[in-house]
Amino acid sequence: MYNIKEILEQRIMIIDGAMGTMIQRHKLEEADYRGERFKNWHKDVKGNNDLLSITQPDIIIGIHKQYLEAGADIIETNTFSSTSIAQADYDMQALAYELNVASAKCARAAADEYTKQNPDKPRFVAGAVGPLNKTLSLSPDVNNPGYRAVTFDEVAIAYEEQIKGLVDGGVDIILIETIFDTLNAKAAIYAVKHFFSKTDLPELPIMISGTITDASGRTLSGQTLEAFYISVVHANPISIGLNCALGAQEMRPHIEELSSIAKCYTSAYPNAGLPNAFGEYDEQPHETAHIIEEWAKEGFVNIVGGCCGTTPEHIKHIAQEVSRFAPRKLPITSKSL
Amino acid sequence: MYQHHIKPFLRLSGLEPLIIRPETNFVNVGERTNVTGSKKFARLIREGQFEEALSVARQQVESGAQILDVNMDDALLDGVVAMTTFLNLLQAEPDIAKIPIMIDSSKFEIIEAGLKCVQGKCIVNSISMKEGEEKFIEQARICKNFGASVIVMAFDEIGQADTKARKVEICHRAYNILTQQVGFVPEEIIFDPNIFAIATGIEEHNNYAVDFIEATREIKQLMPLTKVSGGVSNVSFSFRGNDHVREAIHSVFLYHAIKAGMDMGIVNAGQLVIYDDIEPTLKQLCEEVILNINNDENAATEKLIAFAETVKAKGKEAVKDETWRKENVQKRIEHALIHGITEYIDADTEEARLQYSKPLDVIEGPLMDGMNIVGDLFGAGKMFLPQVVKSARVMKKAVAVLTPYIEQEKEDKRNNPLLQGAADSNEKGPAKILLATVKGDVHDIGKNIVGVVLGCNGYEIIDLGVMVPSDKILAEAQKHKVDIIGLSGLITPSLDEMVHIAKEMTRLQMNIPLLIGGATTSRMHTAVKIAPEYQHGVLHVLDASRSVTVAGSLLNKDQKIQLLSDVTTEYNQLSKDFANKKSHKQFISFSEAQQQPMLIEWDHYHPVHPTFTGTQKLNNYSLQEIAEYIDWQPFFIAWEMHGKFPAILSDALIGQEATKLYNDAHALLQKIILENWLTATAVIGFWEVNKIAPDTIQVENFSTNIRLEFLRQQAKKSAGQPNLSLADFIHPTKKDYIGAFSVTIDGIEQHIKRFEANLDDYNKIILQALADRLAEAFAEFLHKKVRTEYWGYVPTEDLSNEALIAEKYQGIRPAPGYPACPDHTEKYKLFELLGGKETTGITLTESLAMYPASSVCGWYFAHPESKYFGLGKIDSDQLSDYAKRKEMSITEATKWLRPILE
Repeated sequence: MYNIKEILEQRIMIIDGAMGTMIQRHKLEEADYRGERFKNWHKDVKGNNDLLSITQPDIIIGIHKQYLEAGADIIETNTFSSTSIAQADYDMQALAYELNVASAKCARAAADEYTKQNPDKPRFVAGAVGPLNKTLSLSPDVNNPGYRAVTFDEVAIAYEEQIKGLVDGGVDIILIETIFDTLNAKAAIYAVKHFFSKTDLPELPIMISGTITDASGRTLSGQTLEAFYISVVHANPISIGLNCALGAQEMRPHIEELSSIAKCYTSAYPNAGLPNAFGEYDEQPHETAHIIEEWAKEGFVNIVGGCCGTTPEHIKHIAQEVSRFAPRKLPITSKSL
Repeated sequence: MYQHHIKPFLRLSGLEPLIIRPETNFVNVGERTNVTGSKKFARLIREGQFEEALSVARQQVESGAQILDVNMDDALLDGVVAMTTFLNLLQAEPDIAKIPIMIDSSKFEIIEAGLKCVQGKCIVNSISMKEGEEKFIEQARICKNFGASVIVMAFDEIGQADTKARKVEICHRAYNILTQQVGFVPEEIIFDPNIFAIATGIEEHNNYAVDFIEATREIKQLMPLTKVSGGVSNVSFSFRGNDHVREAIHSVFLYHAIKAGMDMGIVNAGQLVIYDDIEPTLKQLCEEVILNINNDENAATEKLIAFAETVKAKGKEAVKDETWRKENVQKRIEHALIHGITEYIDADTEEARLQYSKPLDVIEGPLMDGMNIVGDLFGAGKMFLPQVVKSARVMKKAVAVLTPYIEQEKEDKRNNPLLQGAADSNEKGPAKILLATVKGDVHDIGKNIVGVVLGCNGYEIIDLGVMVPSDKILAEAQKHKVDIIGLSGLITPSLDEMVHIAKEMTRLQMNIPLLIGGATTSRMHTAVKIAPEYQHGVLHVLDASRSVTVAGSLLNKDQKIQLLSDVTTEYNQLSKDFANKKSHKQFISFSEAQQQPMLIEWDHYHPVHPTFTGTQKLNNYSLQEIAEYIDWQPFFIAWEMHGKFPAILSDALIGQEATKLYNDAHALLQKIILENWLTATAVIGFWEVNKIAPDTIQVENFSTNIRLEFLRQQAKKSAGQPNLSLADFIHPTKKDYIGAFSVTIDGIEQHIKRFEANLDDYNKIILQALADRLAEAFAEFLHKKVRTEYWGYVPTEDLSNEALIAEKYQGIRPAPGYPACPDHTEKYKLFELLGGKETTGITLTESLAMYPASSVCGWYFAHPESKYFGLGKIDSDQLSDYAKRKEMSITEATKWLRPILE
């Protein structure tokens, strides 16, 4: 087992780019999503990208490999929506555990292949734990602000099932990402802690990545960046960072702030700019890489990569640009006031 | 590369961070959201009045609480449910949720429930070793998994620690367990070494405060990163009922405890006297009792108790403290402004004028200094609206003394060219704010209050009054080069007028910010309908207190950019939420809705014949009699004092000022009654009606028939729930009856003018608010007379005023334009039936507001099952049907019904 902390001390690590963007390129249809096993499923499943880890594993492994080829040190499992709560949209809640195991295995296979090719650049699998389609801090009913569509316990149980699947499938890291409601993330953290203390397995490193939704500089659930940091740092994560919603340009002030307050490593994987009028991302790989290069130069980051709209080309450019710079140094934590 | 340093501070968060650094002052934990400590809060929670309970929380934040303690430990409550409900609601209030929450319970299951509702980093209050180490560790682990800091009470298997040695010993033991076995970092541990009551008469208790203070000192030496907290009001428990002495004890206690290292405490944030302000005798006595000196055989205690008795006795006769008259003139002016005393202001101002070289210097010097303090105290929640309005009265009177001299000086300058070099022509005057109630609307109490409060903060107010057309507002704004425009409106059609004004401002290429306020306005409407029409800043301002900070930010270049960008973001989000919500709204078709009316068992119902049909006018009704029916709560709300009446008069925070206001209002009311300032007129009428369609009622008015058209709820309801229409309360087949009324309180203008001439906004606003209250009370009283006499469908009724206010009576009196029948244009028919302006004395504006403003009208329905309800939104099929029935174009119907259309 390679020690990710040692590598983080030496260089900026690269996390992969968007899974969805790459899946889109395959122009899959309903039948492709269903595969043989779900050909008679009673609901349409097109759009359930996580299902492809079971029905089209070669496509998913192929995408992982493209990112590994581009230089990613960490690849994310295809499990953004693999919880019983999110899968309920497809009536596939019973498959949640299996989806996580399958996705973790896809990523594991791809990563191991590349580590074997070049043991000096070990590759890591981060089990992606997404934000859910139901939130704990916000009411879906504007007229009833006290209402919640889901409870903390339900969320924690769903996350724990996902985490068990990811661990059983062999991930190296638990990545709680795209957090727009901090309370959901706290339930995920709670689930991680509960799972590892229950099973007596050694706790895997946790990465946490929040989402600042817009120019207000706050999360969707209303927290400032520092308030968000304070609310999740008890997870004792290996890194805290930001992803999604913003392009690199818009993310810069926030990653700068985070780099000054975080006692752990920092990560950032922005979108490929802001979507254009058609909802497409058109920031070019060298453009994204150029902005992120400056973060590396300023010493803001330890882990970088891409989110929505980014491709292996983006990751390749980013990896090239940041390789020249030393990683952010962990702050000195004093023992006295 | 730069390497940051991170210090071991206690870091907490709500929506915003709270970081407790060595230089952080004592942290106030708001205590009123605690059912065990606040009777009012307990009652609100028990009655499920969560909205009001939230206002208690808000008040705590506004008076400076940095953390909010929430406690639901009450035998009559399901604590888990109450904690969950309250915290979930609280999360939707950014102005409260911005600060961290302290989840306070003696039951761990309630603490856990609370932790499951809050996204920020909380404090758990509290855990302890009273049930042994094992339980303590288990609970601490759970807290840690939620990321909460913990308060550890100095309590072990033996009991609660009372001596210094036991307190320190228990805290240290807990510290070792938490840091070594549970993995807590020291800075996230907060100790509560137990504050117990002193001066109880029992000698063993005399050293309790010293024990706490000294234990705190040692804990902080032994475990320097930890924090110390405590419930401060316990210490003075034996003086309950004597707030004056209690506040002094708290203040002296904190003075010493904070010096010893106490970091935070649960206090009533709005109610702490300043240590230096305590009268010397009392302070000395408190010191002795708290520090337990000269206290053999309770000597010091006895002295303090004796002193407390004298304070109590004195309290009753309210002795006027005139010592401030001995200060210099600047101090006297400051005192008069802060305390709203007009008695000496003319003489003091004159004295000051003689001291300064120019009369203007008196305004810019002592007067503005005093007003700045008033503004600060108000901003900090330490003064309340009625006090500020009184301060404004003092300010205006002082300025009036100076004005002739200022004019004279200007005149002199004009006549003497030699003096012109120093002319003021370059000096930029104060920022100008234009205020107006929009066309068609007549209500202006709120606008007047905003004007006074902004005036107090140094702005020049140009108040155009009521019913001001858009072109006049904008022309005046341009003529005076104002910096901000503020619009007010109370009835729904005013909303459209505001949208129109925003459009006009865009067309005229204006670039000053537009503020929106008034009872009918909302942040949502402003965000969705008004803000998109004008790009240079449209802001909804909730109340007068808010208007000051908003105006201040808008007039500061840097803050303005930030504020407008914040508001734009917020409004965009609101618009988005609104659009999302829209698509979720589920309607049934109008015809389906009509098939699901309220099911009333008509077979055994016999409509009661009123004592007459047609109309009757009640002239010059006794104000004395009406006054007994006043509902005072809205009167206080007009003054931005929120709370139930009469509890508000004894409220810990605002009770004192509320009582003063109430006394002043009562005095004025007596005067109004005795001197017949106002006249009360009412018209009532009853008619035979027939229901000719599911939502249409035909009124037989002599030879003519008038058709009343009603709207019906159209939202999809759960099975068995009716889609209500007021028409459902009329007999479907047989002859039935309907009533109508109008009341008006007339004659206010000349008195308003007189108060204005006396620069007395305080009494002017009281008078306006009282006239409104009298109109409402008259309507209430009249309804009772209708039920028992004129219509007589309940010949015997014995309901208290509270029961009337709670609408416990039979039958209803809904008004056109309000929730059950939101179409204002039905008012035309109502007034036609009642005999129009000649009979009622009321004019309808183009927006269907009633003038005089203190007027009320409505329909009477008598059926025992008739009830008030909100119509909610309707769909386009009902709109077109309604337009057809009303013989209106769809466009016109849309205009009037806009607030209830998707």
